[in-house]
Amino acid sequence: MIPDRNGHFGQFGGQYVIETLMPALKELDVAFNKAIKNKSFLKKLEDYRSSYIGRPSPLYFAERLTKQSNGAKIYLKREDLIHTGAHKINNTIGQALLAVNGGKRRVIAETGAGQHGVATATAAALMNLKCDVYMGSRDMTRQELNVFRMKLLGARVNPVDSGSKTLKDATSEAIRDWIATSADTHYILGSAVGPHPFPKIVREFQSVIGHETKFQCMEVEGRLPDCLVACVGGGSNSIGMFSPFYNDKEVDMVGVEAGGLGLASGRHGASLARGKVGTLHGTKSYVMINNDGQVQETHSISAGLDYPGVGPEHSFYKDTGRAQYVSATDKQALSAFEKLSKLEGILPALESSHAVAHAIKLAAKMKRSEFIVVCLSGRGDKDVSVAQQALQP
Amino acid sequence: MNRIRTTFNKLQEKKRKALVIFLTVGDPSITGSANLVKAACEAGADIIELGVPFSDPLADGPIIQHSFTRAIAKGATLNKSMEMVEHLRTSLDTPLIYMISSMLVLNMGVQVFMRRSASVGVDGVIIPDMPLEEASEFVPYAKSTGMSSILLATPTSTSTRLRSIVSTSSGFVYYVNVSGVTGGILAKPAEVSRSVAKIKRITKLPVLAGFGIKDPKQARVLSKVCDGVIIGSKAIEVANAASNNKNGIKALDKFIRSVRKEMDRN
Repeated sequence: MIPDRNGHFGQFGGQYVIETLMPALKELDVAFNKAIKNKSFLKKLEDYRSSYIGRPSPLYFAERLTKQSNGAKIYLKREDLIHTGAHKINNTIGQALLAVNGGKRRVIAETGAGQHGVATATAAALMNLKCDVYMGSRDMTRQELNVFRMKLLGARVNPVDSGSKTLKDATSEAIRDWIATSADTHYILGSAVGPHPFPKIVREFQSVIGHETKFQCMEVEGRLPDCLVACVGGGSNSIGMFSPFYNDKEVDMVGVEAGGLGLASGRHGASLARGKVGTLHGTKSYVMINNDGQVQETHSISAGLDYPGVGPEHSFYKDTGRAQYVSATDKQALSAFEKLSKLEGILPALESSHAVAHAIKLAAKMKRSEFIVVCLSGRGDKDVSVAQQALQP
Repeated sequence: MNRIRTTFNKLQEKKRKALVIFLTVGDPSITGSANLVKAACEAGADIIELGVPFSDPLADGPIIQHSFTRAIAKGATLNKSMEMVEHLRTSLDTPLIYMISSMLVLNMGVQVFMRRSASVGVDGVIIPDMPLEEASEFVPYAKSTGMSSILLATPTSTSTRLRSIVSTSSGFVYYVNVSGVTGGILAKPAEVSRSVAKIKRITKLPVLAGFGIKDPKQARVLSKVCDGVIIGSKAIEVANAASNNKNGIKALDKFIRSVRKEMDRN
């Protein structure tokens, strides 16, 4: 079973953090392992999923998109329809419940575009926890409305002015907060990254996506899909979709990274395609670094994929060949964003648009008898102004 | 004999406590930082901790973060750090310890890093983001090249962990005064005293206290309860506040002499 006791997925993962945090990580691991076997914890989680988050999310057959691609059927797993409009809430509700169980009265989080920050602020409001969100000051300007949403939900948003003033730096600052506060604070990490046990915890709470998909595929198609497609930044929606299918070898998995301005330009977020093995934010994985080992700035039109690292389990899937990783450029993502809006009446998040872009290409090469499931990880309302600037210059 | 051990033996003979000064490689420039190292040793530092700049140091507060950013902008790299140490060793016998993030070590390759560090004259290594759980990845290689591995003990470390930390460490044990990042608030001396005493009961290694020490008086009070103190953020702040490297050297010299004087009053 991966990860092993110390959180290693093959050579990846682990706990590359200062000693100060180790007891808190151990305590969290023990608490989590107990909670996910505890009937009353699972019942609470299930109740929130069905009555608050709005699960199960539908599996939707995108008929017009399929017709146009003229190949395999394309299904969309509609994470965009759940509460707060993205898959992030699956994880924050689970982790906030862990915080409450562990007697913590405060939660902290990092956020890039603000989706995870909003989902954390939401869970904190629901469970009456104090909430501090760290956000790069550049992202705060880009995502003003999400900053206001978090404040409405009762969270404090702390601007981060170091480094590139984006998600990478916000994550570092959240970890620094936690080094000083772990005794009474739980860190709700938003992606399948960070020191063990975070990649495992986030995967577990997000795997509801894959489990539902499996069940829904059996219902509508009577079999498992030929291929799963999901976008990968840190990789939480994708690992949530992929991991329940890990042992179903007949199901292909494709993760789509941010190709930005093209891999050759050097301005992208494709850590798996172009990164080297290193350590960032407490875990060993593929990281975008220069020859000297310094972390590089990334670029993507979608803030959620604009991150120089990736979850260790994805690095493991890549090296073992269990999943394939490709990329879609800003342009390709925008074109998929427009296409899904026009053909299906669904505005996808720019992150999810990367997955849609690749699925359209892939479907055209597959047989009509085959079918693909795309994880539509979030809705695109948050991206309307970015898209407007890009599409109507 | 290893320079670190020689230094502690000498200090013990003189009944003095160790003063460790942390400086960033490449801030304000490679030459400038080499000058600061020499000045710090002349002013009374017993050991120098060389911070190799990294873009994303998780355990550091704003002063060291900014220092690292400046150094990287000036072109500091791990290779240049090696060259700097090699050059310093032509005129300096003070123990030099690398404080370095795991990313930079892994990027060079653990074995290559240890071999090169030892051959240029580095005496020990602190990799703050490689705790016990990951220490087996570097400790054996440090040992085989004769370098000390200095692990961090913290206020949150359990007794079981402390036992493993001291048995894995060599050279000395670095006690982190507070649960927090570098350059923050200082813990109460009584608390530090209790924790250091607990560590000293299980090891013969010297135990040094670091994080948050900002003035000579704090250094004196804390050095009473342990074998020495480590000053980082404040030293960098002092050197960086000056208008140029020459004045930075003067300011650092003055600061270290005042700390040394206070500590030696004990």
